[in-house]
Amino acid sequence: MAVVFERPKSLCDVRLHYCAGCTHGIIHRLVCEVIDEMGLEGETVGVCPVGCSVFAYNYFNCDMIEAPHGRAPAVATGVKRAKPELTVFTYQGDGDLAAIGTAETVHAATRSENIVVIFVNNGTYGMTGGQMAPTTLPGQVTTTTPYGRDPKTAGYPVRVCEMLATLTGTSYAVRTAVDTVPHIRETKKAIRKAFEMQKAGKGFSIVEILSTCPSNWGLTPKESIKRLQEECIPYYPLGVYKDIDQEGGERK
Amino acid sequence: MEKVLMKGNEALAEAAIRAGCKCFFGYPITPQTELSEYLSKQMPKRGGVFLQAESEVAAINMVLGAAATGTRVMTSSSSPGVSLKSEGISYIAGSDVPALIINVQRGGPGLGGIQPSQADYWQATKGLGHGDFHLIILAPNSVQEVVNLVSKAFELGETYRTPVMLLSDGLLGQMMEPVAFPDIQANEADKSGWAADGTKMARPHHIVNSLYIEANDLEEIVRRRYERYAKIEETETMAECYLTDDAEIVVTAFGATSRIVKSAVNKARAEGIKVGMFRPITLWPFPKKELNTACANAKAVLSVEMSMGQMIDDVKLALNCKLPVSFYGRTGGVIPTPNEVLDEIRKLNGGAQ
Amino acid sequence: MTYEILLAGFGGQGVLFAGKLLAYCALFEGKEISWLPSYGPEMRGGKCNCSVCISDEPIGSPKVLEPDLLVALNGPSFEAFLPTVKPGGKVFADSSLIDAACDRTDIDCYMVPATQMADDNNLQKGANIILLGKLLSETGLFSPETVRKALEKNTPASRAHTIDNNMRAIQLGMDYQ
Repeated sequence: MAVVFERPKSLCDVRLHYCAGCTHGIIHRLVCEVIDEMGLEGETVGVCPVGCSVFAYNYFNCDMIEAPHGRAPAVATGVKRAKPELTVFTYQGDGDLAAIGTAETVHAATRSENIVVIFVNNGTYGMTGGQMAPTTLPGQVTTTTPYGRDPKTAGYPVRVCEMLATLTGTSYAVRTAVDTVPHIRETKKAIRKAFEMQKAGKGFSIVEILSTCPSNWGLTPKESIKRLQEECIPYYPLGVYKDIDQEGGERK
Repeated sequence: MEKVLMKGNEALAEAAIRAGCKCFFGYPITPQTELSEYLSKQMPKRGGVFLQAESEVAAINMVLGAAATGTRVMTSSSSPGVSLKSEGISYIAGSDVPALIINVQRGGPGLGGIQPSQADYWQATKGLGHGDFHLIILAPNSVQEVVNLVSKAFELGETYRTPVMLLSDGLLGQMMEPVAFPDIQANEADKSGWAADGTKMARPHHIVNSLYIEANDLEEIVRRRYERYAKIEETETMAECYLTDDAEIVVTAFGATSRIVKSAVNKARAEGIKVGMFRPITLWPFPKKELNTACANAKAVLSVEMSMGQMIDDVKLALNCKLPVSFYGRTGGVIPTPNEVLDEIRKLNGGAQ
Repeated sequence: MTYEILLAGFGGQGVLFAGKLLAYCALFEGKEISWLPSYGPEMRGGKCNCSVCISDEPIGSPKVLEPDLLVALNGPSFEAFLPTVKPGGKVFADSSLIDAACDRTDIDCYMVPATQMADDNNLQKGANIILLGKLLSETGLFSPETVRKALEKNTPASRAHTIDNNMRAIQLGMDYQ
């Protein structure tokens, strides 16, 4: 009988700790499928963040490094500069990447560090129990915005891809989502392109993936997907924000 | 061997390259500047990496990344910058990877000043980050000793899989002295058992990590680390004794201050005072046995530091209250003079000024 | 034999360079040496000084507080450091820029119009080297040949033409009576 679906080899055969309905599992799988298809497992080093995906080092079968909160792009820079022959990616959430680690993110991009950043944006600090994240939407209730995020006091959400696209050093910035099968397929394509760009030495890529957090959003998995579609995607439009391949490889 | 004149900072940088340092990540700060400038010039020409990071925090995390791959790596900073690095240093220690950190100390707290200081002794030996851990701390007192200790620092770090700090100061960093570069290649430890440098599909994946969510697991990991520390304390202490054999007064000092103390001791000896100097070269582990031996005939001990008195705590602990320990120090970037120290020695000798 | 030398002036007068030449001369003669500059914002236009210790013995404190030899390139340095010179010591001062006179009788003070001499001889910024020449003739510390070697070691190829000018400045200082 032909096997039509199996666990990617670079995904460890262990039970993930993520909550029911969480989309981290899908994203892990997509990254691993790309690593497998490109034959990169033996030469890849992943850097995981502090946040829900902190244990990702137990799930990816390539070598893994656990970074301090927000510092994954700096750690990845150290890895890539020391061993340029390695394929290096970070896997970060929104609090990690767009709050405490903003400087590391922005400057890895300005240097066009030849790494891939997988950015999982679900608009909340999941691991610590649902506090306001830099990407929490205006009005959204979290444990630290119990009356809804009020931009007057708590500021506005960060649109990371739009911001990074303004930087000359950014080579590829794309926002996708994992709410539907077509979107999941697009996400995989984007991840593949990001890894291919690294192999071609083209510099800094970020794949921002809109994701859900049923536990902290207080919704069922199905309701969460609906919220993602109705509230998150309109605020964070999907699409390619920068692609130096489309610009003839020239940096502006 | 041919001697050249070099500033402490530049000699340190050159010694690091010769010792096989492959990567440097840093951020500009006075008075360590010449060190990174030298490496920015030399590393690209000699097959190494120089990268100026966006912050001290990023620099130390780049060190963590490079160290995790098994690459010989260092960073340098001065006091306020080292405070910023303390998070990363704790992670490096908790991840059991070797790295060399340089602190060319200046006055503090806060922005403090830029003149020489030793007020980061506590930070270096007791509190460089959260959690149960130590760094090996080396404190040279001449440009030549800076050079000699750099390759030693890399070796120690790799042998025990621990961060090592070379504690310099503005005086040592800015001073030029004749220096020779001994033709020694620092031994490189086998890192194939832990380095995250790609599995090549030939081994299980390596995880460089400091997170242990089960309390018992974390305790076990910390205990194992402390077993290594015990071995370091037993075998790796270094100290210099100067005229301590018959000394009734022993002056303790480390780093640049020991140069001033040596001048004072020589002056006091010329007056017939039986005084010697004890200089710890490893500040952690503190050379307790060596200090007790040096103080065998002592009646009094004087700790001289460029701070308000920090190493004195370790001196007292090491002597276990057997001898009275007094203190003389200048701080804020003021360098004590040999005559000031001489006066203190005279006072202890019963001849108050 | 130990010489503790202090060179002092404004940033930009070549205080550190003059000290460096002395240090290199000593290096060529196999001496123990320390050279300690003031650093930081001070260097960039403010007060600037440099301690040089030259000895047959290992050097203790590298900071010169009571110099055997003082080279003073401006008034504030002259006034600040003259009282610190060891009895029997020697002072070399640029009288073009210093109005004050030496009020000590236990030291030898050589007032040399170094800046004026430099200007007269088209050796702009050469006052430091002229004073160094005078120091060499009064102390016999190093020969002009050793100084040339030190200059060669400390002059980048792009500025090699300055070596002859600097040697001319050394000679002017040595000949000044």
